[in-house]
Amino acid sequence: MRFTRMAAIAAVAVLAFGTAACGKDEPATPAGGTPLTSKAAAGQLKFGVKADQPGLGLQVGTNYEGFDIEIAKIIAKGLGGDPAKNQYVTTVSANREPFLQQGTVDVVVATYTINDDRKKKVNFAGPYYTAGQDLLVKADSTITGPDQLDGKKVCSVTGSTPAKRIAEKYPKAQLQLFDNYSKCVQALSDGTVDAVTTDDIILAGYAAQDAFAGKLKVLGKPFSSEPYGIGVKLEDKAGCTKINEILKAAVADGSYAAAWNATLGKSGTPAPTLDTSKLTNCPA
Amino acid sequence: MDVFSDPLNRQAFLDGFAMILKLTAASALLSLLLGLLLAACRVSPVPVLRALGAGWVHLFRNTPLTLIITFCFFGLYSAMGVKFSDDIDINNYWLAVVGLSAYTAAFVCEAIRSGINTVPIGQAEAARALGLTFAQNLRLIILPQAVRSVVAPLGSILIALTKNATIAGVIGVAEASSQMKQLINDNGDAAVEIFAVFALAFVVLLVPVGYGFSALANRLVVRR
Repeated sequence: MRFTRMAAIAAVAVLAFGTAACGKDEPATPAGGTPLTSKAAAGQLKFGVKADQPGLGLQVGTNYEGFDIEIAKIIAKGLGGDPAKNQYVTTVSANREPFLQQGTVDVVVATYTINDDRKKKVNFAGPYYTAGQDLLVKADSTITGPDQLDGKKVCSVTGSTPAKRIAEKYPKAQLQLFDNYSKCVQALSDGTVDAVTTDDIILAGYAAQDAFAGKLKVLGKPFSSEPYGIGVKLEDKAGCTKINEILKAAVADGSYAAAWNATLGKSGTPAPTLDTSKLTNCPA
Repeated sequence: MDVFSDPLNRQAFLDGFAMILKLTAASALLSLLLGLLLAACRVSPVPVLRALGAGWVHLFRNTPLTLIITFCFFGLYSAMGVKFSDDIDINNYWLAVVGLSAYTAAFVCEAIRSGINTVPIGQAEAARALGLTFAQNLRLIILPQAVRSVVAPLGSILIALTKNATIAGVIGVAEASSQMKQLINDNGDAAVEIFAVFALAFVVLLVPVGYGFSALANRLVVRR
């Protein structure tokens, strides 16, 4: 769903050279397990994550941190592996499906919105969080919702779904596009644009950054629904169901809330209650 | 060709290239004028003007264009308040044109200066002996011959400018590469096809420009 400048190049490179990755050896699957559990046992789980979203998936040096990373650790533990042995691969919005199909990664936890098109290509466990498009404004702004954007300058990322939604539903807003959200937040803080829009959870990550603490606010009135799923291979139905079980257990034992509090919860937002009855996206 | 059979997608493609042409046309004109002025500065007898011309060329030729255009938005517009229009799209278009022109003018200046070096020194000396001023000398004797000898390199600069116009996307101008990104994001399974169509369109657009400038250079060259 998000899009960065490299995505086009990466997507083409992935598709063009993808065939080379098809013959990769899979570890033997022991009886009763799934390909994911055997990889977890061998400490070979590879997670596709975002590298440029504060609070969710952010690369810091050679490490990754954020809510998505914590979810990946919970999954690795639930599959019987050692979370410390998780390998993380940076993905952008356009290469998540190819990476799963070609086995570059085993699981994708990367602000991955579940939708019908994508369900034809990969299986989604979850949703582990339901985000919604929202607005980030200055702390003293008078904007209270998307219907007040007429003539206002709204910033988002080129080619992204939130940008498209603004252009279609609120055509009177002036849309400023950049290649990443950091520039939008910069333009917002120096007053060049009036609002930044994307999923609330991502905006919360920016608002919680030290440089902007107290200066920006997320309106908290989402005007879309973006259920974030955990992507696995289309063939791997058992793995998908297994991850849903892990999520249910994580909610029950409090590790889900702990993952939130260690990352996005720092901005003051309490941990969401995950409705485990909605974990129904895996094919039967 | 499934993606481009959708009229909306075809429109996005056409809009993107129309924007590339608009950016190129305005920047080509401005950078040619500015480049001529800078070249005149660089060969002028006034040290301050020579320093100004040399400074401009070294600064803009050696700075990445992405930075220049980003600066046009965050520096010129955001910080210094240089504004062309209240409409965000028109404003960004002109900010991009300013960045592209400032950058390309440095290359135009150097091409023209190299052309000036092809004019035999005797021509300038004869003009001086006839009592022409520096400005008259440049305008009537030197530049007409100099420009004719650098038509081919100017063509290369124009081709580079057309491709560089895609960088205007970093401040949100809806040019071809931004439209390509949007299309690929909406149609992830057809990424290769979309990429190929956009790449091919640039080739189709620019190959004739190259041939045209070669032919023009042959016709205009001053034969000595």
